[in-house]
Amino acid sequence: MSWFEKLIPSRIRTDASSKKSIPEGLWIKCKSCSSVLYRAELERNMDVCPKCSHHFRIGARRRLDLFLDEGEREEVGAQLEPIDILKFKDSKKYKDRIVQAQKATEEKDALIAMQGQLKGMPVVAAAFEFKFMGGSMGSVVGERFVRAANLALEQERPFICFSASGGARMQEALFSLMQMAKTSAVLARLSKKGIPFVSVMTDPTMGGVSASFAMLGDINVAEPNALIGFAGPRVIEQTVRETLPEGFQRSEFLLEHGAIDMIVDRREMRDRLGSVLAIMTHQQLAG
Amino acid sequence: MRFLDFERPIAELEAKIDELRHMGSDNDLNISEEIAHLESKSDTLIEKIFSELTPWQVAQMARHPLRPYAMDYINAIFTDFEELHGDRAFADDEAIVGGVARLDGQPVMVIGQQKGRDTKEKVRRNFGMPRPEGYRKAMRLMQMAERFKMPVMTFIDTPGAYPGINAEERGQSEAIARNLFVMSDLKTPIICTVIGEGGSGGALAIGVGDRVMMLQYSTYSVISPEGCASILWKSADKAPEAAEALGLTSSHLMEQGLIDVIIDEPAGGAHRDPEAMAQRLKSVLLSELTQLQALDMDTLLENRYQRLMGFGKFTER
Repeated sequence: MSWFEKLIPSRIRTDASSKKSIPEGLWIKCKSCSSVLYRAELERNMDVCPKCSHHFRIGARRRLDLFLDEGEREEVGAQLEPIDILKFKDSKKYKDRIVQAQKATEEKDALIAMQGQLKGMPVVAAAFEFKFMGGSMGSVVGERFVRAANLALEQERPFICFSASGGARMQEALFSLMQMAKTSAVLARLSKKGIPFVSVMTDPTMGGVSASFAMLGDINVAEPNALIGFAGPRVIEQTVRETLPEGFQRSEFLLEHGAIDMIVDRREMRDRLGSVLAIMTHQQLAG
Repeated sequence: MRFLDFERPIAELEAKIDELRHMGSDNDLNISEEIAHLESKSDTLIEKIFSELTPWQVAQMARHPLRPYAMDYINAIFTDFEELHGDRAFADDEAIVGGVARLDGQPVMVIGQQKGRDTKEKVRRNFGMPRPEGYRKAMRLMQMAERFKMPVMTFIDTPGAYPGINAEERGQSEAIARNLFVMSDLKTPIICTVIGEGGSGGALAIGVGDRVMMLQYSTYSVISPEGCASILWKSADKAPEAAEALGLTSSHLMEQGLIDVIIDEPAGGAHRDPEAMAQRLKSVLLSELTQLQALDMDTLLENRYQRLMGFGKFTER
C-alpha cells in the first residue's frame, strides 16, 4: 500500500482484488501502443491492432482458419501424440507437461497441418501452436511436418508453414535435434520435384526451427516485427557482453540483411501469398 | 588444468610412478618391481573410475583440455591433407577446417570443427564455435566432394554455433539449415564422427550422413547441460542433473538408435593415447566406407533419407 492509500479512510478504500468491474477479456490493451481495444473489433481485424498494426500472437487453428478458404479442410497426422520416451524430468515431469499443455491448448502437440485451398488453389498448410510448450519441436511436430510435406509432394500442391517456436524441445533431447535434419531432408525432396515451399515466420521463430525448415523456403516471409533468429537475445547478450542494437533480430532487420524475401501484414497474407504461389505454379487465380 | 577432478587419483598415482622411475635409474632393483605394482594398480584404478562415469563426467571428458581435436585426427589418419579456405563470399572461419586428403590412398574430403589448444589459438578458432561462413565453407567443400566423387568425412567437436551479433546478421540459421538440406541429398558417402562435444544445431550442421559415429566419451545433445539447467532448473549449477536427463552419452544414444557406431577409447580416454585412438578411428572409417561404397548411389541416398525419416518417437491412435 502506498503512503497515499494509507491516508484514505478504510471505509472508502477499495481492495485491489475487488476492482475487476470490467468482465475479463472484453477489452485488451495493445502491447505496443497501449491502446485499449475492444476484443471483438480486434478479432475482426485478424488480431492486428487497428491503431498501430501490432500483430498479436495467434493460435494454430485460428491461423489456418484465417489463411485457408472456407470449406473443406482435412487435418494431417491428427492421430499423432507425443510420448515421454526418455522419462525426462526437470522441476516437472515431461509427461505432466504434455498433459498440461494438451489441456490448456486442446491440441495434441505444437504443430497443426491441414490440406485445403487458398483462393481456390489446393495447398497444404501447417501452423505452430506457440502455447503448446512454446511451440517447441519434438518428434510429433517433425513427423506432422513430414507428412504434410509428403502430401504436398504426392498431390503436387504448394506447402506453406507458419512458424512460431522457441526451437527444439529439450525434453525429447536428441530426438528433437534430429527433427531439424528430418524436416530439412523432406524439403530437399519437394525442391527436387518443383513443389513450392513458403515459410512464414511469425513471432517468435528461434533456435532449431529457425535453423532448419523455417529458413528453407523458396520464399521466406515474415510478419511485421517478429523476433526471428538462431540464438536468443539473452544468450547473445551474455556472450558478447554488449547491448543489442535496436530492432535486432526483428523482421525488418532480417529483410535488410537478406534473410527473407518480404514482410507481409497478416491482413494481406492470403492475397499476397495466393498471388505469388499462383505465379510460381503457372496458375490463374479464380476471380 | 591438465586433469579433471575424477582423474586426480590417477594423476597422483602416476606422479608417484614417475618419481620412482627417476630414482630407479641410480639404484635398487626393487624399484622396478614397485613400479610394476603401481602401474597395475593405476590400470585397475582407471578401469574402475571409467567404468562408472556419470553423464556429467562424460560431458567433462568430451571437453577435456588435453582431448585430441580434429586436426590431431586429420594429421594422424590421413595423408596429403591440403587445407582449403573460405566460403567465397565473406571470410574464412577458422572454427571449421576442411580440405582434400587421402585415406589409405583414397581421395576424400575432410571437414572438422577445430578448437584451439592455447589461448591465442582458442581465440583464433573462436573456441570451436563456427559462424555462418564456416558452415558455408563446409557446404562448398561438400558440394565439391560430390562433383569429384570423393567421400566426405566430418569430425564434430563444438560447444555450438556461435551466438553473436554478426553471426545473426549473416544468417546463422540459414547457414545451418542449408547444410542439413544439402547433406541429406549429397551424392557421395558421408561419415560423421563426434570426437568431442556435439553441441546442438552447430554440430548437426556437419552431422547429417550415412553413418553417425561417436567416440566413447564424446557427447551429442540438443542443448548444453548448463544451458538446459539454466532454462529448466533455473540454475546452471544443476548441469549434472541436466546431463543425466538429456542422455547425451554415446551408450545412451546408441540404445535409442540415434547413432550407428561407438568407437571405444583407450583406457582413461582418447587423450591418454591419441595415436591408438586415431588408429582405431581410422580402421573404423575404412571399414564403414567400404560398406557404403558397395552400395549404388540410389540405395545410399534412399538409406540416408529413410534413416532421417525414422527419427522420432510418438504414438498414433
